[in-house]
This record gives sequence, C-alpha cells and structure tokens, in this order.
Amino acid sequence: MNWAEFFSMGGRGFYVWGSYGAFVLVIAIEIIMLRGRAKRARMLAKESIQ
Amino acid sequence: MNLYKFSSPVTFYPLAGKMWPWFATLAGVFAVAGLYLGLFVAPVDYQQGEVYRILYIHVPASVIGMFIYLVMAGYGVLALTLNTRLSAMMMEALAPTGALLTVLALWTGSLWGRPTWGTYWVWDARITSTLLLVFLYVGYLALIHAIEDKRRADKAGALLVIVSSINVPIIYFSVKWWNTLHQGSSVSLAGNAIASPAMRWGLLLMTLACWMYAIAMTLVRVRAIISEREQGAAWLEGNKV
Repeated sequence: MNWAEFFSMGGRGFYVWGSYGAFVLVIAIEIIMLRGRAKRARMLAKESIQ
Repeated sequence: MNLYKFSSPVTFYPLAGKMWPWFATLAGVFAVAGLYLGLFVAPVDYQQGEVYRILYIHVPASVIGMFIYLVMAGYGVLALTLNTRLSAMMMEALAPTGALLTVLALWTGSLWGRPTWGTYWVWDARITSTLLLVFLYVGYLALIHAIEDKRRADKAGALLVIVSSINVPIIYFSVKWWNTLHQGSSVSLAGNAIASPAMRWGLLLMTLACWMYAIAMTLVRVRAIISEREQGAAWLEGNKV
C-alpha cells in the first residue's frame, strides 16, 4: 500500500483530513477539559469533608 | 432489585466510576476496527470518490449528536415527574458532548459538501435544523448556569429540552418532508448507496464507537457534577473521591 496515495485521498486530502483532524482535535480538547473539571471537583470535595 | 436506588447520586457516583473505563475501552476498540474498515478495507465510492470516507465520522457525529438530545429529553421527563436530582445532573453531563458532536457533524458535513455539492454551506432544512440543535444545546447550558437556584435551573432546563426535542425528528425527517440538498439514502444503513459490507460495518462500528465515547464522557462528567453540587455531603466520605 502506497502511503502518499493514501494521504492524498484521490486529491481530496484537504477535505478528508480536515474532517478527521477536527474530530480528533475536538475529542482531545473535550478529554483534557473534562480531566481538569474532574480534578477540580475531586479537590473541592476532599477539602469540604476535611 | 430496587431501581430507585440507582437514581440517587450517592449510589451512582461509585457505579459511574466503575463503568466509564469499560465504555471508554469499547469506544477505542470499535473506533480502531471501524477506522480500519472505513479507511483501508472499504472500496472507494463510485460516485463520490475518496471524499465519501468523511461519512465514517460525519454520520456517527450526526446520529449520536441527535440521539443525546433525545436522551436528555427522557431524563428531563424523569426530572420533572419523579423529581430525581440525578436526572437533571445527567442532562447537564450529556449536553457538552452532544453539542460538540453536533458541531463536528456540521464541520465534517461542510468539508464533505464542498467537493461533493460545490458548496460548504446551504440553508436547507436538514442543515439549518442541525445548526438549531447546536444553539439548543448551548442555550440549555446557558440557561441552567444563568439561574442561581439549582432546583429552578434544573426544572427550566428540563422543560426547555423536552419542548425543543421536537427539533430532533424534524432533523431526521427533513430530507423526506422537504426538498433538501442533503440526501437521505447515502447516509442510511439500509440504503442502497452503501453497498459494500466493509462500508456498512465501518459505519456501524464508528457509530457504536461514538455512542460508547459519549457514555464514557457523560459518566465522568456526571461524577464531577455530583462532586460539585454535593460538596461536603456526608456520603462523599464513604466514597473514594
């Protein structure tokens, strides 16, 4: 399998990888932000029961 | 078994903590299998060319983006009728993932539309009602955060989501009811346009991956919301926070 051909997506690489890239980016941002929120929530809960 | 037991944040908090890694793992497994089929195994579409491969993420994002709003409406009914606090928390936990998936549905659809239809955007019934869904998600989140009294905020949010969930069947049936540029058949699993088994399975697996991902994110988020809202509650002492 030819990787250059794979990435060019028949000349539509911009559209295909623009879609997949945005998808991965948004999911990564959601996971990072949620991790932060979960961490803050745990810290607040721990403080309040001490 | 007492199902009401699980409607209490006290019992749901540790349960959600145990469940989310399973859903996250399933999401990963389905995504790897679905992407492999969709990007490497499935043949090129004879009409659309390679750009049709966007559909492996466009369809799951759209389907789950709409589905989450219906699930929120279901929790809204529970929140208003049974007055369960956890239902309102689940609504709040679901909304951000639903909003992001719907934004991704529009984004990927736009990048698919440009080479296929010759335009990034068109104000047809399906695309416009999907944009409205984004605004409804954002509006719901804005509403519940704008009202100080949490109980009133939950009630108002539940009412908004129940009433506006009518938009979801409108999106779904828009391609039949109106003459839209957005086609129906190529995005349907039962449609003829998706003929190859690898295409069908790729689409199905990616949709399942998206679904499992949404459940995992919601479970993690609802735990954070429970901690935020029930700070200092005695039960947190017994639970691992």
